[in-house]
Amino acid sequence: MSKKDHIKPVSKGYESYGLVYLLWLVVFFLIPVIVILAYSFFERDYQGGVVFKFSLQGYKDILNPNYVVVFLRTIFISLVSSVVSIIIAIPVAYYIAFSKWKNILLLLVIVPFWTNSLIRIYAWIFILGNNGLVNQFLIKMGFTESYVQFIYNNFAVVLVLVYTYLPFAILPLYSSIERLEKNIFEAAMDLGCTKRQVFFKVLLPNIRQGIISAFVFVFIPAIGTYAVPELVGGKNSRLIGNEIARLLTTARNWPAAAAISSVLLAITIIAVIVFMFGGEKREAR
Amino acid sequence: MKPGKFAFTMILIVLLFFYIPIFIVVLFSFNSSKSPVWTGFSLKWYEKLFTSSAHIWRTFMNSIIVGIGSSFVGVILGTFGAVAMYMGAKKFKKLMWTTTYIPFIIPDIIIGVSLLIFFTTIHLRLSLLTIFIAHVTFSIPYTMMIILTRLQDFDKSIIEAAYDLGATRPIALWKVIIPIALPGIVAAFFMAFTLSIDDFVITFFVAGPSSTTLPLQIFSMVRFGISPVINAISTLLLVGTIFISVLLRKYVRYII
Repeated sequence: MSKKDHIKPVSKGYESYGLVYLLWLVVFFLIPVIVILAYSFFERDYQGGVVFKFSLQGYKDILNPNYVVVFLRTIFISLVSSVVSIIIAIPVAYYIAFSKWKNILLLLVIVPFWTNSLIRIYAWIFILGNNGLVNQFLIKMGFTESYVQFIYNNFAVVLVLVYTYLPFAILPLYSSIERLEKNIFEAAMDLGCTKRQVFFKVLLPNIRQGIISAFVFVFIPAIGTYAVPELVGGKNSRLIGNEIARLLTTARNWPAAAAISSVLLAITIIAVIVFMFGGEKREAR
Repeated sequence: MKPGKFAFTMILIVLLFFYIPIFIVVLFSFNSSKSPVWTGFSLKWYEKLFTSSAHIWRTFMNSIIVGIGSSFVGVILGTFGAVAMYMGAKKFKKLMWTTTYIPFIIPDIIIGVSLLIFFTTIHLRLSLLTIFIAHVTFSIPYTMMIILTRLQDFDKSIIEAAYDLGATRPIALWKVIIPIALPGIVAAFFMAFTLSIDDFVITFFVAGPSSTTLPLQIFSMVRFGISPVINAISTLLLVGTIFISVLLRKYVRYII
């Protein structure tokens, strides 16, 4: 056997091992997503489901001002949550990257992310809800007669979104700060930069990719959230997720639900293209 | 530039922000009164949970069944996917990478809605089976990436060495690649299990009336307001999470 023949099978033939994986994602992910896109162009069946006849009614249904407001609100709340998360995450990630206790601190940041998300939402209802801890305390101390409504508004939605997704912002920022040559900060200081200049002119431009990832990692789950506004939002904090669920279940308007989902999908893809691929080519991982 | 007082204060605040709410929930699971005013230590909510909450345990069992089943299948698919990605040709890698990457960037709710519509279209009745399929679907991009990260720590030359020593492809896989990947496979299994046990949104759409999971159960309980029984469930789930994360300490770097 020649050497060449011997080496040949090493790198070849392994592709077939990935076929089941690929097939699974094609059947249960890609095709269903394509099915949604298709359903958004069908006629509504009032029993739920669709009649297979071309129609733009789904899009017409969601083109009324109520839905436009919901869309704008969802984008706004997701933007605020992402920006707040990044502002908080940068100093935190910076501290962890320089710390001797790196691994422990990272674990402390990840554990809340492993905690059931409904429990994390419940914790805030328990603390700030109308019958919650703070209100019980205020009433008992005689500061107020009846409860103060802290949650069931947009502020509560942002608070809980930040609480839920902050680890998603900390981790990519941490890994991009961690990768930096730590001396560059000292070099900048030696060359006469103030701390402020070091932050804006050295740190921020160098962790650009981390900031972008952090933004996308918070923005995407936030834009599709359902449980958070459902549980801590008020009348004026219905988001896209709530509308999709309502259209699918109680309203039984599947084409409209599919149309909203398609628009949400488009927003997500645009956001990813603009942020992830807009600047530089992203690294393999 | 060493982090200053500001960064230290921030991380302190963030850790308090993360843990105080959870701590309060745990603390009040031991409260004797129903409302969130501390009146004394009691285990009665746990008693209630263990003795007269059969419906909650049923949903818990559903979650465990789906969690173990979907993680098991997810890890097998992920392992084969990772091996293909690790050993495969460049073009194939690109295809794998794109297919893996897209589910990561799409909001969960879209995956839930699209699967609901898909299952309804093919007349598959919503049940634990549909939840299982959904959970495998959202977990395999994670399991594949985690196992691949582990494999990438190694030089392919050791696999070539196995061939030089006369191994066939299945033997190289079983005796060399799988043992190398094992820590990644373990991490991937627990990651998939955690994702499955934790998932609410996707399950919400693909669950049938008789196939409620624990998060769905918690959701409907939270909707009714504060109840110390939820605090007790939360505490038990937290203990489980901490237990798993202590087990996983060694593997944490494959997950992030």
